[in-house]
Amino acid sequence: MSLSKPPFSKILIANRGEIACRVIRTARAMGIATVAVHSEADAGAFHVRLADEAVEIGPAPSAESYLVAERIIEAIKDSGAQAVHPGYGFLSENAGFVGRLAEEGIVFIGPPAPAIAAMGDKIESKRLAAQAGVSTIPGHTDAVTDPDEAVRIAIGIGYPVMIKASAGGGGKGMRIAHNDDEVRAGLRSAANEARSSFGDDRVFLEKFIEQPRHIEIQVLADSHGNTVYLGERECSIQRRYQKVIEECPSPFLDEATRAAMGAQAVALAQAVDYASVGTVEFIVDRDRHFYFLEMNTRLQVEHPVTELVTGLDLVEQMIRIAAGEALEFGQEDVQMSGHALECRIYAEDPSRGFLPSVGRLTSFRPPLDELNVRLDTGVEEGSEISIYYDPMIAKLCAHGADRRIAMTAMQAALDGFRIEGLDHNLLFLSAIMANPAFEAGDTTTDFIAREYGDAYGGREPDEDESAALAAIAMAVHLGSRARDLAIAERPVDRAPDLSGEWVVRLGAVDHPVHVTPSDAGLEIRIGERTVVVESRWRPGQRVFEGRVNGLPTTALLKPGIEGVELRWRGVRMRAVVRRPRAAEIATLMLEKQPPDTSRFLLSPMPGLVVSIDVIEGEEVKDGQPLAVIDAMKMENQLRAERDGRIAKISVETGDSLVVDQVILEFE
Amino acid sequence: MEDILRRLEDKRAGARAGGGQRRIDAQHAKGKLTARERLELLLDEDSFEEYDMFVEHRSSDFGMAEQTISGDGVVTGHGTISGRRVFVFSQDFTVFGGSLSEAHAEKICKIMDQAMKVGAPVIGINDSGGARIQEGVASLAGYAEVFQRNVMASGVVPQISLVMGPCAGGAVYSPAMTDFIFMVKDSSYMFVTGPDVVKTVTHETVTQEELGGASTHTSKSSVADLAFENDVEALAAARGLVNFLPASNRTPVPVRPTDDPADRPEPSLDSLVPPNPNKPYDIKELIVKIADDGEFFELQESFARNIVIGFVRIEGASIGVVANQPMVLAGCLDIESSRKGARFVRFCDCFGIPILTFVDVPGFLPGTDQEHGGIIKHGAKLLYAFAEATVPKVTVITRKAYGGAYDVMSSKHLRGDVNYAWPTAEIAVMGPKGAVEIIFRADLDKPEVIEEKTEEYRQLFANPFIAGHRGFIDDVILPRETRPRIARAFAMLRNKKLDNPWKKHGNIPL
Repeated sequence: MSLSKPPFSKILIANRGEIACRVIRTARAMGIATVAVHSEADAGAFHVRLADEAVEIGPAPSAESYLVAERIIEAIKDSGAQAVHPGYGFLSENAGFVGRLAEEGIVFIGPPAPAIAAMGDKIESKRLAAQAGVSTIPGHTDAVTDPDEAVRIAIGIGYPVMIKASAGGGGKGMRIAHNDDEVRAGLRSAANEARSSFGDDRVFLEKFIEQPRHIEIQVLADSHGNTVYLGERECSIQRRYQKVIEECPSPFLDEATRAAMGAQAVALAQAVDYASVGTVEFIVDRDRHFYFLEMNTRLQVEHPVTELVTGLDLVEQMIRIAAGEALEFGQEDVQMSGHALECRIYAEDPSRGFLPSVGRLTSFRPPLDELNVRLDTGVEEGSEISIYYDPMIAKLCAHGADRRIAMTAMQAALDGFRIEGLDHNLLFLSAIMANPAFEAGDTTTDFIAREYGDAYGGREPDEDESAALAAIAMAVHLGSRARDLAIAERPVDRAPDLSGEWVVRLGAVDHPVHVTPSDAGLEIRIGERTVVVESRWRPGQRVFEGRVNGLPTTALLKPGIEGVELRWRGVRMRAVVRRPRAAEIATLMLEKQPPDTSRFLLSPMPGLVVSIDVIEGEEVKDGQPLAVIDAMKMENQLRAERDGRIAKISVETGDSLVVDQVILEFE
Repeated sequence: MEDILRRLEDKRAGARAGGGQRRIDAQHAKGKLTARERLELLLDEDSFEEYDMFVEHRSSDFGMAEQTISGDGVVTGHGTISGRRVFVFSQDFTVFGGSLSEAHAEKICKIMDQAMKVGAPVIGINDSGGARIQEGVASLAGYAEVFQRNVMASGVVPQISLVMGPCAGGAVYSPAMTDFIFMVKDSSYMFVTGPDVVKTVTHETVTQEELGGASTHTSKSSVADLAFENDVEALAAARGLVNFLPASNRTPVPVRPTDDPADRPEPSLDSLVPPNPNKPYDIKELIVKIADDGEFFELQESFARNIVIGFVRIEGASIGVVANQPMVLAGCLDIESSRKGARFVRFCDCFGIPILTFVDVPGFLPGTDQEHGGIIKHGAKLLYAFAEATVPKVTVITRKAYGGAYDVMSSKHLRGDVNYAWPTAEIAVMGPKGAVEIIFRADLDKPEVIEEKTEEYRQLFANPFIAGHRGFIDDVILPRETRPRIARAFAMLRNKKLDNPWKKHGNIPL
């Protein structure tokens, strides 16, 4: 960073959460004063305290605050900011907003309005891309309405084809068709959905790519005609078009493909006189054919992986470019070093089909002092994840000399991260890091659906993992036991020998072990295996850090009535350590059947009762709608899972529900 | 000599076999452990010293002379938990259904007497069909001998009951007089009269579980403190509880080594109390965050949830916590929460365990239910308990401390040693709105006046300063500093000496 005068003296950040914090940090480092904006609900938010000053811009719903251009402009004028950084989402790709800023003489830290407008329309952007020589998906970029015409086009492209909404996004208004009939049906339903979601029923057809990967090129352009690309990011690990894990570089691309994609991305940016950071998204098939998807004219959520690998600060670049500075380097100066991964930590419950979760972060303890780990977040312990905004809690990034090292660092960081107060996907992310298919780079966009289906609640450890878990549990148990023995008012008659035979119950399985203390730590024999645990773990600590057979190992601990729950590599398991005789006695306990809840309709998530669609005494059929619950701004239809008669309705419209609350009862 | 040794071994084997394999299998089939298996899990390995293995009953009526089993249905002795001595008795359901004979009672009395002498807790495991009917009044006498000792031991050594099977009729009164009762779901029950008698007398049809099962007693009657899934869990929890308790009223509270720094700040507590005074928050987050290692042993968690009680450690030493819970009934005091809090405060005071009180109380719960149920006398129990307690008492007011409930909750006026308030504290006779509606009764039809005066009242009283001016609170502390300040207060109070005037005993409003 140069010591020259900062390009602006004060900027406003028209965003919230982690990205607002991220921008504020760079601005401060550059010597620029910062202004935060916030809704009423965000008055105590982290980004507000981080900024030099803050302006309230309206009530909690973003449509009445963060999305109101005039409020932002007022805040800019009142605070005397010279420029505004939009972050991502909200007003970041709103050409109208950028136009209004120009009228007011305020600098927009982002691309010029015409570039935003041109890339904002899916059909228009494809046309421009094709003109610029960018490889596009075989398809018909004009809107189609006539089913016969659609079938003709589909046959021309070759099945399978995808029917997509022009104004679409987030998977809405999309249909896959494998034959003529599916084209006719899909055209109608895609258009209907597009109309209701976006108020624009235009749809178009394109080739449906099999075994696709989502790989995007980061471009950087100044207003003097210099454009470079900063490598790619692979973002194939997605769930319902929501990115979950991103990495740079892609484990799939070769140099030639990378260079070809980069050159096309640069050509497109130049074609629209782009200036700022931008991202050209491609879909890549199994033969490394790549096709243009769209260009995002903003800073991407996943930009940190590019920063880690290039050593550049993209926000700094954006600010300098917005101030009219020229890039200080060319394509040949861009150095890519090592491998970076990003995991998005969401407030959701993977074990219940990833339903959103809200609440106070009663614990938010990121891993301490992890080398090569970066955390971008807008929350701290005590923050509230509310129904009003994005459910992303944080972005955890790891950087290493190669992909394997980055994965190891990420695994440890995920396994040592403690979040409590709401449900989150840390265990799920940890499972992906431990997944051999992920390690092999077999990361097509269907990865999550293919590997995990609709939900993730933990997995069974393999034999090596069981041995390691047993060893960790043993170390924890002996440490705790030794401390309990120190409670005595005076020293115990004889210090009990804690070595010898023990039994570790993992889940429902007993593993006999033999323990020998050694200089290095504990040597544990379990079956045919010998495991050596070395750790400085002390009773009371909630994170176990140590070496298991020489390998650095981090696991999260949660003490229970007896034993501890361990979370490690996507495994969540209760571990109880007993002497063999006690373990034998414990096997006499009966497995209790969980209470039968099939007679009840339980709320699957916290939310609000929008409607109850049945009355007491009504006969209902399997699949019949029973109630509508609003959670995280989504209306969820709850249906009968069997035929039956409604015995009792326990809630009313307008009631708020907690998870598993009884909504109604069948006879 | 050899002959004697052989006979000894035979007798021991006979006692260990209890009621025989068939009955042991029946016990296991119900998911229940035998008396001896329970002791094996409760006590440190190889620490059990058994007494009276050879005791047999002295009854000869109804053919009892031919039926004797060494031990007579109860296993007694002592052992250690985490290296600390405890006395135990464990009723053996496989021997005469665990029924209590004169000899059986004598065995229990013997270990209770010894526990009192050496100052060690008594843990009883109850699994008994009741009185040994064949013995008639001798069995009843045996119960009373145990009851008398329960009362004598009360406040001298901690007494814990683990009800792990039937416990009915007069038998319930022994656990009832102990300090803590744990039960096991689906396999234990306690009632004075069983479902059959209930049916005959009141025509109610009720199952054993509904009438006196673990859920009933932990959520409705408050007879029991905690309910567990099975014997193994209950026994593990009992070990955990004992780790918090002093051995007797003449030993100091136990201290467990800790690495958790006493001066650990908790910045997130600054945002625990929501800006809106009517929004609830979970007081347990505060308790967990000020405790060593975040460890909180909660008692009676399913009963009167508007007050929270249990044990934590600070700088390794046990502390009893009493806290209003804003999440339930806004944390108000009612009949049940007053009783729950009062009994716990008295337990702590008996055994010299310091008391930490967190206050967020809008007052007493209004209503005919409460008044007709005697909230006056029940609320007085909590008041009495706090006022009488001479152990170190530290109080933190987090938000509301209104009216008489403020006085009750270990206020300065009840000899609170150190009383702190968070900046969000409102120490007043009542909430601003209620107060203004009384003072400006004449202006009730002018909402703008009421609103203005409410704001004025809020400015004036909805803060800790008025109480601060009077010295009713010692300091206003930052929420994040709560643990360091509490730790320092208890450290200062370590050698506190305070005696109540001599009396035979007080007359708590029972």
